[in-house]
Amino acid sequence: MRLLLDEEQTRLAESVRALLADHCPPQRVREVMADDGPGIDRRLWTRLAELGVTGLLTPDRLGGSEAGHVERCVVLAELGAALAPVPYLSSAVLATDVVLALGDDTLAEELLPGIAAGRQTAAVAVADPGGRWGSAAESVRATRDGDHWRLVGEAAFVVDGGTADHVLVHTDHGWFVVDGGAVSWRPSRTLDPTRRMARAEFAGTSARQVPCDDPAAVLEAVWQRAAVALAAEQLGGMRRVLDDTVDHATVRVQFGRPIGSQQAVKHACADLYASCEQAEAVLWHAAWTADHDPAALPEAAALAQVVLGPAAFDTAASGLQLHGGIGYTWEHDAHLYYKRAKTSELLLGTPAEHRARLADALSL
Amino acid sequence: MTRELRATGPRTDGFRRRVRDWLAEHAPSGDDRVPEASESAPTEEQLAAARRFQAALYDAGLAGITWPVEYGGQGLSAAEQQVFHEEAAGYDLPTGVFLISMGMCGPTLVDLGTHEQKTRYLPPLLRGEEIWCQLFSEPGAGSDVASLQTRAVRDGDSWVVNGQKVWTSGAQYADFGALLARTDPDVVKHRGLTMFVVDMRAPGVTVRPLQDMTGAAPFNEVYFDDVRIPADAVIGEVDAGWSAAVTMLGHERVSIGGAVRRRYDPMTFANLREAARARGVADDPVVRAELAELYAAERKLALFNSRLRQQSDAGIAPGARGSVAKLAGAQLLWQAVRVAGLVVGPRAIAWDPTDASGDELALAINATPASSIAGGTNQIQRGILGDRVLGLPKEPRVDRDVPFRELRVGTQAR
Repeated sequence: MRLLLDEEQTRLAESVRALLADHCPPQRVREVMADDGPGIDRRLWTRLAELGVTGLLTPDRLGGSEAGHVERCVVLAELGAALAPVPYLSSAVLATDVVLALGDDTLAEELLPGIAAGRQTAAVAVADPGGRWGSAAESVRATRDGDHWRLVGEAAFVVDGGTADHVLVHTDHGWFVVDGGAVSWRPSRTLDPTRRMARAEFAGTSARQVPCDDPAAVLEAVWQRAAVALAAEQLGGMRRVLDDTVDHATVRVQFGRPIGSQQAVKHACADLYASCEQAEAVLWHAAWTADHDPAALPEAAALAQVVLGPAAFDTAASGLQLHGGIGYTWEHDAHLYYKRAKTSELLLGTPAEHRARLADALSL
Repeated sequence: MTRELRATGPRTDGFRRRVRDWLAEHAPSGDDRVPEASESAPTEEQLAAARRFQAALYDAGLAGITWPVEYGGQGLSAAEQQVFHEEAAGYDLPTGVFLISMGMCGPTLVDLGTHEQKTRYLPPLLRGEEIWCQLFSEPGAGSDVASLQTRAVRDGDSWVVNGQKVWTSGAQYADFGALLARTDPDVVKHRGLTMFVVDMRAPGVTVRPLQDMTGAAPFNEVYFDDVRIPADAVIGEVDAGWSAAVTMLGHERVSIGGAVRRRYDPMTFANLREAARARGVADDPVVRAELAELYAAERKLALFNSRLRQQSDAGIAPGARGSVAKLAGAQLLWQAVRVAGLVVGPRAIAWDPTDASGDELALAINATPASSIAGGTNQIQRGILGDRVLGLPKEPRVDRDVPFRELRVGTQAR
């Protein structure tokens, strides 16, 4: 088991970080966030594709680079640190992983090259309006109409749904692919202004069924990979919050000395650091496991969310607290990490559900 | 479950086999078990058995794994040491009485001792013939150990020591101690300290057991009344004792962090899961959730330690980051105390005298406060992380530029 990045992976992190420093500074995140438009930065998405990081799990022959989960997590950690408004989690993680798990060549050839090249995006609809992962199978019905299938019903919490070219839908008849433009989208109000979600309304929407023997197994495989990927984003956010908080504690002077010299502040920073360091080990273990030890992935993926979900939110909340009043302003970025962390903590299920998954994996 | 946590690789596989085979043949069974230093003082018989076992380890080439060959060690790397820890985790080895000798005093001598000191002290230490203790803390100098008052005054060819030490594990059976004493009270507190080798049987040394909250007396108070120490017993340089102490405390953190938990620890996730099943509460959703969280805490600490080792092998020194393990280890135990109560229920508070598991759990509950106090409190660990790892500004200190003599410390009035 390897918990350290090798040289190539370190270089990958550096090049993504450099690209984001140039093209995704906080003010750019703010512009995209404030804009009534799509909520994603298409130019940045294209630049990431040009860097070759939007198809890291995609096979070579489909325009990807056939790297691994560790590499993808390296990229996600940087995106999470920068709060980059790109459809990476929706397209390069969730949708790509559904297509790969379905194993249908036609679908893969149709979707993956476009995603890997940054030309197209795809989203995944798996939750009903109640939000439980996989429950769209109860809220979206597929009916046969001659040679075609039509979908009726609703799916919610579709990340980047409104802008996706393709949508992969988990229905009562398994997996379907739908043209994004054919879906009636109702944008949701979101806690996190940097991550758009939408409700998909299907009213006899024309859809193509993807052959699949065990739709639930695909759903589960995708959850595990998403749990690892999201943990990488969460770690990136934690690291950035820790760095910003330590910087603030070093320069902010009250009572005639930097607040970081006060034990109350210093010790809180030390706790954040200890939490980050352990979270990082858990993340790289999960990513390594996804690449090399699939049998252990159910446990490692659940562990990643049990640890990083609450840890990332605690870090964001504590970091905000340590900034004092400035941290509560709209102008400061602390609230963006706070909102992202709470969103991520609940995006793939609640902490209680993650604990239950871990307990199952431990035969509890 | 811990399979992939192990240090693997062709380099260590042969060593692992050797350790495994040797332990299978020589590790004592439950009946010969010697109490750990933290439990209670061993009997003469148990001490003798521990010495025999350590001598056998030495003869098998498994003592002082990372120490220089010249002084009886094996000259191997931290990876082999870790392999030994992992293989030994399945046993209750009677090596607890050597923990301070092997983990703290010995490595400090390796770092700072003269050739004569290393030749004299290290081989008998590795063979289990001589046991060491550490004489740092005093009643008035706990977290602020540099404010200690024990004095060593130069008198001809020797030093004369007067003062009192406390929390000294193993002093009742130790042959030598690493003593930190004040040799110059006219400079600031960190500067006037010197570390010495002291013969625990020398005239004027008095050892009194100190009972802790578990009812056991693993610690001692040690009194020095005009104890004479030869000039060549200085470890490192005269008045450079603070840096020697920091060296030793660094080894202490590593040896606490790397120590494998006892096999019969009733507060591990695995043993609490068994306890929950035995009591029929394993299906309770709250118990399940708490056990899953305990597992997560255990696992994230274990993975952090693995990552730290991998970094260390890759040439990235762990430095003060070892304090994460110390802090998280204590927090893990406190979490386990909470979960143990939930899982075991009323049987944690009263049990039949024939039920040894009740005693084990009570001891574990009562020993937990030591985890966040001994070897540097949680507060001290957080200070270390803040200062040395995060580089946060230091707290202003009122005693920084003041000669020790003018400070209000311990029994010294200003």
